[in-house]
Amino acid sequence: MAPVRGDGMRGLAVFISDIRNCKSKEAEVKRINKELANIRSKFKGDKTLDGYQKKKYVCKLLFIFLLGHDIDFGHMEAVNLLSSNKYSEKQIGYLFISVLVNTNSDLIRLIIQSIKNDLQSRNPVHVNLALQCIANIGSRDMAESFSNEIPKLLVSGDTMDVVKQSAALCLLRLFRSSPDIIPGGEWTSRIIHLLNDQHMGVVTAATSLIDALVKRNPDEYKGCVNLAVSRLSRIVTASYTDLQDYTYYFVPAPWLSVKLLRLLQNYNPVTEEAGVRARLNETLETILNKAQEPPKSKKVQHSNAKNAVLFEAINLIIHSDSEPNLLVRACNQLGQFLSNRETNLRYLALESMCHLATSEFSHEEVKKHQEVVILSMKMEKDVSVRQMAVDLLYAMCDRGNAEEIVQEMLNYLETADYSIREEMVLKVAILAEKYATDYTWYVDVILNLIRIAGDYVSEEVWYRVIQIVINREEVQGYAAKTVFEALQAPACHENMVKVGGYILGEFGNLIAGDSRSAPLVQFKLLHSKYHLCSPMTRALLLSTYIKFINLFPEIRTNIQEVFRQHSNLRSADAELQQRASEYLQLSIVASTDVLATVLEEMPSFPERESSILAVLKKKKPGRVPENEIRESKSPAPTSITQNNTHVNHNNKLNSNANADLLGLSTPPANNINNLSNSNNSALLDVLGDIYGNNNAAVYNTKKFLFKNNGVLFENEMLQIGVKSEFRQNLGRLGLFYGNKTQVPLTNFHPVLQWSAEEALKLNVQMKAVEPTLEAGAQIQQLLTAECIEDYADAPTIEISFRYNGTQQKFCIKLPLTVNKFFEPTEMNAESFFARWKNLSGEQQRAQKVFKAAQPLDLPGARNKLIGFGMQLLDQVDPNPDNMVCAGIIHTQSQQVGCLLRLEPNKQAQMFRLTIRASKETVTRVICDLLADQF
Amino acid sequence: MMLFMLLFSRQGKLRLQKWYMAYPDKTKKKITRELVTTILARKPKMCSFLEWKDCKIVYKRYASLYFCCAIEQNDNELLTLEIIHRYVELLDKYFGSVCELDIIFNFEKAYFILDELLIGGEIQETSKKNVLKAIASQDLLQEDETPQSFFDDHGLG
Repeated sequence: MAPVRGDGMRGLAVFISDIRNCKSKEAEVKRINKELANIRSKFKGDKTLDGYQKKKYVCKLLFIFLLGHDIDFGHMEAVNLLSSNKYSEKQIGYLFISVLVNTNSDLIRLIIQSIKNDLQSRNPVHVNLALQCIANIGSRDMAESFSNEIPKLLVSGDTMDVVKQSAALCLLRLFRSSPDIIPGGEWTSRIIHLLNDQHMGVVTAATSLIDALVKRNPDEYKGCVNLAVSRLSRIVTASYTDLQDYTYYFVPAPWLSVKLLRLLQNYNPVTEEAGVRARLNETLETILNKAQEPPKSKKVQHSNAKNAVLFEAINLIIHSDSEPNLLVRACNQLGQFLSNRETNLRYLALESMCHLATSEFSHEEVKKHQEVVILSMKMEKDVSVRQMAVDLLYAMCDRGNAEEIVQEMLNYLETADYSIREEMVLKVAILAEKYATDYTWYVDVILNLIRIAGDYVSEEVWYRVIQIVINREEVQGYAAKTVFEALQAPACHENMVKVGGYILGEFGNLIAGDSRSAPLVQFKLLHSKYHLCSPMTRALLLSTYIKFINLFPEIRTNIQEVFRQHSNLRSADAELQQRASEYLQLSIVASTDVLATVLEEMPSFPERESSILAVLKKKKPGRVPENEIRESKSPAPTSITQNNTHVNHNNKLNSNANADLLGLSTPPANNINNLSNSNNSALLDVLGDIYGNNNAAVYNTKKFLFKNNGVLFENEMLQIGVKSEFRQNLGRLGLFYGNKTQVPLTNFHPVLQWSAEEALKLNVQMKAVEPTLEAGAQIQQLLTAECIEDYADAPTIEISFRYNGTQQKFCIKLPLTVNKFFEPTEMNAESFFARWKNLSGEQQRAQKVFKAAQPLDLPGARNKLIGFGMQLLDQVDPNPDNMVCAGIIHTQSQQVGCLLRLEPNKQAQMFRLTIRASKETVTRVICDLLADQF
Repeated sequence: MMLFMLLFSRQGKLRLQKWYMAYPDKTKKKITRELVTTILARKPKMCSFLEWKDCKIVYKRYASLYFCCAIEQNDNELLTLEIIHRYVELLDKYFGSVCELDIIFNFEKAYFILDELLIGGEIQETSKKNVLKAIASQDLLQEDETPQSFFDDHGLG
């Protein structure tokens, strides 16, 4: 290690060494905590620290932060350093502020003040430090505070070059967070003219700024084009010695060149002026020519810099898409890179070619490299390069090479990386559809996709093949034959069963003439897969079977037998059960004519763009090559699919709300539903929404004020029973969850809702339960409660679970009101009235008058009071209708005595309730609990 | 525009982080973790570029240190590699044959040098000579400053 220049901080070095010598993570944390404590005490101590010590400690904090620990102090000390007159201290202060940006409002004002001072400094080093800090923070505050100074610094003749560079980029940073910071008017031309600056560093920084400004306001900054073209031309034709230190490994100003080329890509066409255009084309040609020259150095830096400029030039050529000659040359150059030994170059060449493939001028040229690209897809060692090759094959595909490319992609798919399979499947599906001249080929490709990569075939893909088969009569027989053959395989993918089921249900009759695929054979083949499939596929198969009844009346009894089997409880899924029984009834009740109408072949789908394309675009926004050759000079095709306009609103049968855009997931049933409106309205009732009425739930919480056991809640899915017992300030509560349905309730999850603050008064512990509540089963959950102090209200339990794919949620109050901790107290009239008189303070009394429930029920009220937990005292009150009670609430902290008097008024049908207790909160809570309860 | 730069060791230890976009601390930690894992898993001959989320990652290994930058979709990958190289050259020139330890013990210097090369994620100065000159003038300002206290000289501070 070389000796460090400037001032080393010995203490910091020792600390870093200590950390490095720590043998374990624990030791490291311990050492850090020790240091943090040390620094904290130094900062807090009354002995004033000198600048050096502050700097050192702030630096240690920074180091600790960089190790991944949180730092929550030291900001003030860092801010103090900003105004130090020692540069090294100031610098560390700024570094801390930049790294641990804290928009603490008090500090930000101090920081801004320090920055203001440094911006005024005559020393450019100080000014730059301030500018770097503004750029590092880049907040709105900064933009507001410096919107005057920085533009001035940028264009003033007095400003030194190094400061101008920083000012340009600082302004750019602020512009990104606050676009209104840039002054317009005369400033525009002054900023543009920075492109002519003598100093290459200033031009480089300014070009970045101008690029951002142009994006915002292209017209205002149009003047930059001519300057940029001439500057670029001068650089490209310069010899590498001309630009001295701005030449990088024999490449003149690569950074500036690339920035200028990017800047020009903001305009299309780049320029209307013939002269400027000629100069630009000349420059681009020079760049292409230079690529052919032998390298001036073997170093990778030389070739990287040179090719960086070349790729950016090619980007501009592709962007303009107007010079066939340049496009073809670019393509040839990239073609050479495809077999370069640098992986990076091959990757970038494939990427650039994707764009070239979409130009009509270079599309044919790109196709010449097809062989190499296919090899890249198969042979590249790096998956990202293989992926890029797939992208390019997709982009270069057209009617002429589609069969070959699709075949190669299918071959590769068998061994392709898992990470790219799904996308490849989408691409193959799109290409096969788009370039199919013969739809039997298309059907073969999609079935191959399912066979090779069934798991990666999304719904959209298999929906689409069915749409196409239904819409194209010429392919229906072939499709039926092919799926039938595919289903022969002993293990075939579920997606194959779906497509097969659907197609045979529609077109099985087209192959039924052959005894090898006779109706019964088709049916048995499909049904042999039934038990291996998910409920959704089973539902689809049931629909196929009902369709078979229409197509093949001769196997009606076999099918009815299957329906019968699945229409009873043995079918765990309610949807399947219902479907089976309805289809069974349909096949029994309906006449042949009705059947034929209801189960008619599906009508054609409206023609629309493939929905698969939309999926692909969503997967890789902005990264999908269009596979759409652009006409020159025409805007890019607006090919966003509009398929959602034809959404076939699906039947309510699918209560799990699978968004089914194409109306395909439960196809024949859908058809039935539509037709049943006119033909068979009785059926519609059966299909009505049976799950939507969650509102029919019964909440019994109120009743539990007066009892400890019973049914707390019930709806058509779930019943919750409660058993509870209480002793002193402790309680045990058993909740019994009963699943009333025929399917398991999954993700079953009761959560207690009782804030931490409330838990300080009533501590409730709940045991976990299994997440699945099997059909018809009951599980128990135990809760314990400990009353620490009196409280209002009661905890709530939130129960969530999935039923048939739909999320369900209820909130239920638990019967854990404070009265549960009452101990009944027996006493005679004398002591009752003595206590009653004692509790006459304002805070010890509460009274409510309320209307009685009709009819006024005195024995009922007595029973309720007994259930409430207090002792009902007879022969205490002179009026035999009045009820008086006494009890003690047990909490951990104290016992609260409580008296009650309930006076009925038979004429008015009213009650007057009076509570007296030794604690105000208890008085109120008990009174509130009982009001309106009689 | 560069979004951030991370330096980490072959063991996955973060040595320097510079963020040109405002991310919450939690996100920073998550990004760092994910990228370190992804890049350390890659083999030597693989491409230096990868698509990651909605940006591009450019990375290169120098001895035991990985330099990793995130750039926007339209940015030039090859030149980003050369920004990394220029930074390494500057560190090398400044420390004289730089090694990981120099960056650990003088992390603040590594930051100062980076700030002279890039501001707000954009390249400020591509000339090696000019950057070194700027750093030298910073160091010059420090030369005059007073020496450290006695305790600190003995590593007791």
